[in-house]
Amino acid sequence: MAGRPSAPVWSSLRSCLSGALVGFTVTDRYASIITVRGASMIPTPGVKPGDCALVERLCLDRYDFSRGDVVVFRSPRDHENLVVQRLIALPGDWIQVPELQEIRQIPEGHCWVEGEHSASISWDSRSFGSIPLGLMYGRVTHIVWPPNRIGRVERKMPEGRTMQQWF
Amino acid sequence: MSSFLRRLAGIPWREIAGEARSRAFLFAQVLCAVHVVNAHVCSIALVRGPSMLPAMNLAGDVVVVDRVGARFGRVGPGDVVLLISPQNPRRMVSKRVLGMEGDTVTYLVNPGNSESSKTVVVPEGHVWVQGDNIYDSKDSREFGPVPYGLITGKIFCRVAKVT
Repeated sequence: MAGRPSAPVWSSLRSCLSGALVGFTVTDRYASIITVRGASMIPTPGVKPGDCALVERLCLDRYDFSRGDVVVFRSPRDHENLVVQRLIALPGDWIQVPELQEIRQIPEGHCWVEGEHSASISWDSRSFGSIPLGLMYGRVTHIVWPPNRIGRVERKMPEGRTMQQWF
Repeated sequence: MSSFLRRLAGIPWREIAGEARSRAFLFAQVLCAVHVVNAHVCSIALVRGPSMLPAMNLAGDVVVVDRVGARFGRVGPGDVVLLISPQNPRRMVSKRVLGMEGDTVTYLVNPGNSESSKTVVVPEGHVWVQGDNIYDSKDSREFGPVPYGLITGKIFCRVAKVT
């Protein structure tokens, strides 16, 4: 029969557990690090496959995203996959879609996300339409690995694509 | 004055600071534990409104939400789920899942006024959710099938009734 675990084992177990709790909370609420993989996360301008990216999650509290942010969201087709794309339009905006040759309005609570020009059309809003903001996982702010690409991910907007609604 | 300073120096500041630090750390740990359990294991929610009558009260029910099953895809037709509203990401709504991806769902377009019905096939990765009270519910009949990723938990038991 196994006896009571000795004191050092017990205390190290305890510190492991508390570290895990704190780590989980930080990655859930504040920031986490994801690796961009080719198959499930189609590269966005500024983010390449194999990069490690710092994802800010604090913005989920109030869903204060801006147009042009690089965002991570759960794929609407497969909830276990995370996808990195650029956020183009927010609720109420009008957006011009050259691929579909139409202008449409983003419904309430939704947003429009796009990847690189034409390479990844099957993974963004041009194929599955606008997605609910509830699928958002966070905003990519920095690249942390590899070392030669460490730096901020800039907010960029394609010109003349959207017409914003001012409240 | 000098006696006051001497008394001030006599107070074990170092011990007090150490104690305060360990207390604060313990407090932070408890908060983290609450967050992890709440977000990943199970949590308690207050569900209100007419859309889930008669399964849930109009005035409100306190329910227990299972977060594990939803994460691993163990949600099936007939389950009552808590999901982020597709129309407003800050709101949570509770609905019943009526169809998973690939299922065919037939629903009344305008219950109470006409008999016309519509049949749709739920697309890949989506679910069809509907309130039990079809006369007063904003659900997939209005905004279409919702992505599975919006489901945050499965409601599996009622703890208390709000009266």
